[in-house]
Amino acid sequence: MIRVMLPQHLRTLARVGSEVTVDVAGPVTQRSVVDALVAVYPMLGGTIRDYATGERRPFLRFFACSEDLSHEPPDAPLPDAVVSGTEPFIILGAIAGG
Amino acid sequence: MSKVRVLVGTRKGAFVLTSDGKREQWDISGPHFPGWEIYHLKGSPADPDRIYLSQSSGWHGQLVQRSNDGGQTWETVGNKFVYDGVPGTHQWYDGKPHPWEFKRVWHMEPSLKDPDTVYAGVEDAALFRSTDGGKEWQELPGLREHGTGPQWQPGAGGMCLHTIVQDPSDANRMYIAISAAGAFRTDDGGVTWRPINKGLYSQYIPEPTAEVGHCVHRIAMHPSRPGTLFMQKHWDVMRTDNAGDSWQEVSGNLPTDFGFVIDVHANEPETIYVVPITSDSYHYPPEGKLRVYRSRTGGNEWEPLTKGLPQSDCYVNVLRDAMAVDSLDKCGVYFGTTGGQVYASADAGDSWNPIVRDLPGVLSVEVQTLA
Repeated sequence: MIRVMLPQHLRTLARVGSEVTVDVAGPVTQRSVVDALVAVYPMLGGTIRDYATGERRPFLRFFACSEDLSHEPPDAPLPDAVVSGTEPFIILGAIAGG
Repeated sequence: MSKVRVLVGTRKGAFVLTSDGKREQWDISGPHFPGWEIYHLKGSPADPDRIYLSQSSGWHGQLVQRSNDGGQTWETVGNKFVYDGVPGTHQWYDGKPHPWEFKRVWHMEPSLKDPDTVYAGVEDAALFRSTDGGKEWQELPGLREHGTGPQWQPGAGGMCLHTIVQDPSDANRMYIAISAAGAFRTDDGGVTWRPINKGLYSQYIPEPTAEVGHCVHRIAMHPSRPGTLFMQKHWDVMRTDNAGDSWQEVSGNLPTDFGFVIDVHANEPETIYVVPITSDSYHYPPEGKLRVYRSRTGGNEWEPLTKGLPQSDCYVNVLRDAMAVDSLDKCGVYFGTTGGQVYASADAGDSWNPIVRDLPGVLSVEVQTLA
């Protein structure tokens, strides 16, 4: 069970609290976690990754275990603490807009 | 007694304003989707409780919401806007080729007949259609690929398809407008398209009478005269009486012919409204006076409408999708400002009152007249 923390607007959109859990079959990576999240909450499709490019939206960041993983390859394994559910995978809205 | 429902899209959410036919007392609902940019929301003529809404943000991209109960509750529907095939390039601001990239939906246009069919005008300019209530979207690629697409160039607000006008007398005919490409028409239900910009003159482009490249801001039609269109261009107010085959200027005595909105009186097809804006450099009304101008002669002769509107120190703008009319007698006219006011006139523009004064900047206003 992977814990995922969502930014405010995505919580509202999915009608959930700040943290949800998803099951991931196979390697636990940025891609597989977001895939699993969107499978459970289809209204989040396209809000985290761009449909056309498949890439993380530029004003979102991925964090876990106090590390910014945003520029790690999407198929790189996430930290063991995320895999075990000890730490959440955090999707964070960048502070932007002036 | 009839009711009126005003749908307002703003920089920070959507609002639904309702009143009875007197249009004096208003109930305000919202913000719906607080914090999100709501470029446009519009109800289906075939089922007024069916409303489609474009929701977007710089963080999370584009979403589409659908209501089946007049805006009380909403359901997230499809948001996958993928261009057909390899989309190729248009011109960038510097004239160099730039790949087509989806950015947002500017305008939702529900079908006149089918509540499950809706068109979406998007940036970078293209026309999409859904026939299942917004779940799935398919591009109508004949527009983007008809031949002039590689010459299209964005206006200052982006290369947006912002206007979609359906011909109520011919299901196969539709008009669209793109900034800054111009106006286009299909006569076969969106399969093939052609530019309809003959008569437009844009002195700020290399070839002022070019087939494409004109910054059309908005087009309006009265349903009883589908071959007559009125256009607010970047500069100039124009009309055509032959479905866009040729246009003539009808700016007449307007204090400035720059502006964004244009609309037609619901019961008088030769009565039209614009809100003159000083210029493209000064996006506010001339002399700080917010004036709607009305022509009862289909253009050329215009009268300022000022009663109830601020006539000093007013520096708001009225954006292209932010004016609409109801179909009551007398016709109601509504517009919203970048300062967050929504003004209503229940007497065809003779006098105005603000329904609300302090919303976020208004991006769009649509009106539904309900039985």
